[in-house]
Parts: sequence; C-alpha cells; structure tokens
Amino acid sequence: MPNAEEVKYTKTHEWVHVEGEIAVIGVSEHAQSEMGDIVFVELPKLGQNLEKEKPCAVIESVKSAFDVYSPLSGEVTEVNENLNSDPALINSSPLENGWIFKVKISNPDELNELMNLEKYREFVKQNA
Amino acid sequence: MTAPKTIKKTPLNEVCRKYGGKMVDFYGWQLPMQFEGILKEHEAVRNSAGIFDVSHMGQIFVTGANAFKLVQKINTNDFRKATIGRGLYSHMLNQEGGIIDDVICFCLALNRYLIITNAATTEKDFEWIKKKADKMNLKVENKSGQFAMVAIQGPNAPQIVKKFKPETENMVRFRILETEFKGEKIFISRTGYTGEDGFEIIASNSVIAEVWEEIMQLGQAYSIKPCGLGARDTLRLEAGYLLYGQDIDDKHTSLQANCGWVVCFTKGSFIGKGILEKQKKEGIKRKLAGIVLKERGVPRSGCKVYLEGEEIGNLTSATFSPTLKKGIGMGYFNNTGLKPGREIEVEIHSRKIKGEICKVPFYKGTAFAN
Repeated sequence: MPNAEEVKYTKTHEWVHVEGEIAVIGVSEHAQSEMGDIVFVELPKLGQNLEKEKPCAVIESVKSAFDVYSPLSGEVTEVNENLNSDPALINSSPLENGWIFKVKISNPDELNELMNLEKYREFVKQNA
Repeated sequence: MTAPKTIKKTPLNEVCRKYGGKMVDFYGWQLPMQFEGILKEHEAVRNSAGIFDVSHMGQIFVTGANAFKLVQKINTNDFRKATIGRGLYSHMLNQEGGIIDDVICFCLALNRYLIITNAATTEKDFEWIKKKADKMNLKVENKSGQFAMVAIQGPNAPQIVKKFKPETENMVRFRILETEFKGEKIFISRTGYTGEDGFEIIASNSVIAEVWEEIMQLGQAYSIKPCGLGARDTLRLEAGYLLYGQDIDDKHTSLQANCGWVVCFTKGSFIGKGILEKQKKEGIKRKLAGIVLKERGVPRSGCKVYLEGEEIGNLTSATFSPTLKKGIGMGYFNNTGLKPGREIEVEIHSRKIKGEICKVPFYKGTAFAN
C-alpha cells in the first residue's frame, strides 16, 4: 500500500500511485479533512474512458459536494466498491482503504505533470 | 440579503476556538462550522447532549401597558396562549402576508415581552416593530448587542441544566425563567432548534463564556460535545424546522410555508391576516413540502424536483440525514396531489434520483415527546 511519500499529487488534491501500467487514484489527506464527514461517493463506471483533469467522480460530505478530477487519461479498470457501503473510508484511510478508482495509463507522459509530496505541501500552504 | 462589510464576532469566539471550532462566516457572524465533526456532533445531540453558540440571534424587548396588544398585532400566533413565563413560535408578517421573520416570543410579564429573532433579520425586525409600536406608548429595545446565547440540546440536556440551575427541572417546553448567574440576570428557556429536548440560555456578553464553561464541566459526565453550525443545520432539517432566508422569506406566506399551525385566524386582526384568509379560501398554489430519497444520493438546496417528468419546484434546504441515513429535503412545489408517498425525482449532478413526498418532521426527537 502506498504511503504519502510515494504517491504523486494534483492541484485538485487527488493522489496517484503507479502500479505497473495501472494507476490507483484517491484524494489526499488534506482534501478529506477539508471535506469533512463523507457520506456518499459517486464512482466512475467500469470501462469508462477518462480524460485528464475532467470530473469523473463526486464525493458528497455532510457539508457539500466535491468533484474528483481524473489525474490521468485512461480506461477505468476497477472502482472501490467498498465506498458504496462505507464512504467514510476516505476520511479514515484516504491513501489506503479509501482509494477510489484505478485506470489503465494511456499516456505515461502525463505523470510528469504531477507533484511530489514536498511540492504538494507547498502548493497547499500557498493556497490556504 | 446584502453581505455586511465587517464580520462580527460573538463573545464566545475565543472559547469556540479554544475548543477547536473551525470558524466560518455566517450571515455576517463568525461562528464555528464544526468542532470534532458534523456527524459526531449530530449524534451527540441525538443521543446525549451538545452545546451551541447561538449568540448571533437577536433579543428585542417590548415593554409597556400595550405590549400584549402590539405582540398580537405583529404575530400570526395567538399570544393569549402565552401566559407569564411562556413563549410561542410565531411568524411576523408584512402587509402582503410575506414572512418578515420567524420568532419565538416570550411573555416575561403582563407588560413585557421578549422576542428572539434571527441574526440577519434583527435590525429589520427592530425597525418594523418600532414602526408598528408608534403611538402605543411602548418601549422597544434591541438588546442583541448586550446579550449572548448558548443552546444546550439533547436527551441529557435537562440533567445538565438542572445541575446548573435546579429550578429548571419542572419547566415544560417553551417556558422561560429569569434567574441570576454571577450577579447578572439571565434567561433560561426550554427551547431549541434541533428536534431534541433542551434549553437556551441568554446571558450578558460578560458572563456567557463562564456559562459555557460551567455547562461543559457539568456536562462532561453526560458526554456533552461542543457543536457547530453544520450539525445545527442537519439537526434542524431532520426536525423539519425552517431556516429564515433559505426556506422562508418575505416572498412567502406562512400558509405557503406549510405553517398553518402558527396562524390563529380566530384571535382578531393581525398584520397580513387578509392575505392569508384569501389564500386559505382560494387554495395554495405553491406550498412547502418534504421529500426523502429512495435511492442513494445527497440532495442540496437548489436541486430541481420532478413529478411525473414535470418540474414542480426546487429544494430550499436539503442534506444527507445522519439519523435516517437518507437524503432529505424540502422546497416549494406546485401543489397538485402532493400526498406523502407520492413519487418524485430529484435532479442531482444531472441525474434523476428517485424519492417521494414525505411528512415533516423527517425525524421526531425528544422535543416532540410532549
């Protein structure tokens, strides 16, 4: 399972962990904390072709709804069905049990545009 | 509603921060959105107890021999029912029947009433009441700046408040008591905005922090938690309580807001009565009703509602109900066959989610017990 150092981040607070040709995607610790109690997740569809930086899932907390933007282009190979029964997994374990979906990476160059943890922390600080 | 330029802080601002409150701006006031988390705070109020800073609410005092006469004139409810030490939930209407504010008005003495107003409407209400009190030889005072307020809510609230002031034990709902705390006059009423039994304490700005701390200390054994606006909103919505500026405003009447129970047609004249009588006779074309989702999804205010494919209105308030674990909401709909159980659809993120019209309150807590 990935730790915070290993994953790459987007400016829209998703994280990406590359496992071969598959990317596992979720939202950051910072993002889940800002969202508050998560009560519903609208997952992407299996086999759906995602475009980079386009909204592909919705996280609903008690407070509000938040779009999840796909960090990469590619086909959805798996979604975290556990989130249907326990959406709060994103709160309790954003980098592990709270992963949201997996895509088959179609353009590896897109990975270069993502931030490492240090840069992401800096980004969060600047935008606080 | 125009946003005020300066953000006001309540006398509990420091205390709320100390307890970990995440502060937000709410109708010109800086208040905590949450402390530990909305769901945990919501559950605390449903199962044990919670304390809220509600100092943004207004307090207007009306004093004089004609106080009852004025109160009857500006309110929809019948204040003959409010004997000394009792209050009523009521609407104040304009000449067109539109709701100026929803208030709780207490009879403190035969010649003295206390009106609890909403934060954003206090100034407007004060001007309106003063205008209507003209030539009645009454003193109308807006003391909102001097008073702060906390709400202690939940099934354990009565035990906690009894330790704070033993004389609260036998108070029935909507009773108010004048007593003292640290040499200052305070008011304790058995009221609230959560659907649970509980109390609201009005005290001067100088002692309210001590009231909070003492309640927190006494409440520890009863699992009290500090609670924010987030939980206040989910709790009040489950209880079917309206939020002024969102569910009701001066464009809607009490009857459209499905609040016929706060209107007394037999009490004599009151401002806005004529319009309400006309609406009652001709029927309400658009009325507030509740919806509950039958499929998964979280409705929000603004969501469109459809009946047999036809748009019938929008939700004014909606949320995920932490108690029922379902999406709930209310809004104004074209009033055609809106019986509970009637199937509707709510548009959420461009998808139509199945639901039905349902009875309000969505959930009856201990406040509805008697």
